[in-house]
Amino acid sequence: MAEKIATREAYGSALAEFGHKYNIIVFDADLAEATKTIKFKKEHPDKFFDCGIAESNMLGVAAGAAAAGMIPFVSSFAMFAAGRAFEQIRNSVAYPQLNVKIGATHAGITVGEDGATHQCLEDLALMRTIPGMVVMNPADAVEARAAVEAAILHKGPVYMRFGRAAVPVLFDANNFKFEIGRGVVLAEGSDVTIAATGVMVEQALIARDLLANEGISARVINCCTIKPIDRELLTAAAQETGCVVTAEEHSVIGGFGSAVAEVLCETCPVPVLRVGTEDVFGRSGKVPPLMELYGLTAQNIVDKAKRAVAMKK
Amino acid sequence: MDSVARRELQKTAANVRLGILEEVFNASSGHPGGSLSIADIITYLYFAEMNVRPDEPDWDDRDRFVLSKGHTCPALYAALAEKGFFPKEDLKTFRHIDSYLQGHPDKKHIPGIDMSSGSLGQGISAACGMALAGKLQNKSYRVYTALGDGESQEGQVWEAAMFAAHYKLDNLCAVLDFNGLQIDGAVTEVMNPTPLDDKFRAFGWHVIVIDGHDFDQIEAAYNEAKTVKGQPTLILAKTVKGKGVSYMENKAGWHGKAPNADEYAQGVAELNAYIETL
Repeated sequence: MAEKIATREAYGSALAEFGHKYNIIVFDADLAEATKTIKFKKEHPDKFFDCGIAESNMLGVAAGAAAAGMIPFVSSFAMFAAGRAFEQIRNSVAYPQLNVKIGATHAGITVGEDGATHQCLEDLALMRTIPGMVVMNPADAVEARAAVEAAILHKGPVYMRFGRAAVPVLFDANNFKFEIGRGVVLAEGSDVTIAATGVMVEQALIARDLLANEGISARVINCCTIKPIDRELLTAAAQETGCVVTAEEHSVIGGFGSAVAEVLCETCPVPVLRVGTEDVFGRSGKVPPLMELYGLTAQNIVDKAKRAVAMKK
Repeated sequence: MDSVARRELQKTAANVRLGILEEVFNASSGHPGGSLSIADIITYLYFAEMNVRPDEPDWDDRDRFVLSKGHTCPALYAALAEKGFFPKEDLKTFRHIDSYLQGHPDKKHIPGIDMSSGSLGQGISAACGMALAGKLQNKSYRVYTALGDGESQEGQVWEAAMFAAHYKLDNLCAVLDFNGLQIDGAVTEVMNPTPLDDKFRAFGWHVIVIDGHDFDQIEAAYNEAKTVKGQPTLILAKTVKGKGVSYMENKAGWHGKAPNADEYAQGVAELNAYIETL
């Protein structure tokens, strides 16, 4: 059994670590204990600023600090960063192309018991519509750390999506390469491509094994970067496997699956079926039954993969 | 302020007002009313207060200005052009498809613009961020911002007001252009934000109330702000919307409307006549 670490934990650790290497400052909105920016605060108390429960102002303050040459990270729950402060992100951060890094935690249904008001299933859709915004959704702790450093080195606004729940460490920290905009083939396959992001990468790998038992060969691609999306890798996969299933812990409207479909309908129109939450709000509950209830499972990926393969004929 | 300095500022402000009219007339759109009400203050900032370099607009140690009431950028553009940040003849391209002079301030493309703004309530937050950054970097620059009275209805203004006082941003000086009118009418009738002096004091700011068209009072207020330690300063400037163009004065209808050719000619004539008296 692999070690389990929430990506928000890795985010907080990465901020604390990279705070020694790069000149970053961190803002939070009264959620430092939850977003794990508290780890940065403990090591760099002079570079941490609580903004109180005022996310709109926090994004604006970060924009101003970036305009004055700093590299600010801002953190809150995805709902209140991408959601409440959407317009501040669009107009104060992205329009002037300022160097603000948004670390949004508690994204998706894996928020669990807090329920629908806090389960942001729309943030990828909101953020990727903004010109010049880089959008990343790490799958595990190793990728989360790499995404944070890549965000620091990237000049311009970045949105990073992290989860509340502990998830297995999928990647080898000692041998991990990361590049913004690059998807990674985790497993080869020829009958169908499963393109996954975030916590659904683990489910995609499980689905691949289940499909193999049924004689279906599935390629698995991890897309941490949702914008700019890896057009070449996805197009080649569509050409070589002839159908695609996408998987994300987000609404099927406007998110990762939509981004993949947008690419492939232009470059290689093949069947694309999407796994994600349907056009619904979440609800309170434990994480595993919530994932079942909203179809965020390896089995749902398997079912969609079989349908996609059938649609090829 | 000696009479020569005052006369020079009055003359420059009148030229800024001519620039405002030129911009909105040639754009057939824009916001003259609030541009004219803030014109004296912006003139003072760029010609008597702020440490800026027109030939090096991104100079690290410059004082910063954020026009939180971004729709009144005709005043700011005219002042920047007067100061030499870009050619005055470009003012007539304001809002045109091939111009860099966007309908609201655009930091990326306009020399001298320190922050993009226009969505009300957001500029003051950016100014707070710049002031905080100045302190973190041990810079001595000051940060200025201008708010509208209608803008103070935005909740974000008060989030920012809390932040600035909490972090003791005494290098931040905001001015609130209280011309009393917004698009739908008198601010006190649309959604009464007063008393703004008491509100900012309650939020922890040092507050100075002045006549925003009197250069002696403007100078005294900005000088006083520099002596305040441990808290930000708000200058509550009582102004006249449309100031300097008779038919626009105190008329909400001139918030976001361009003059026609006759009206433009009359405004230019009035301002030129005023300059003659100086």
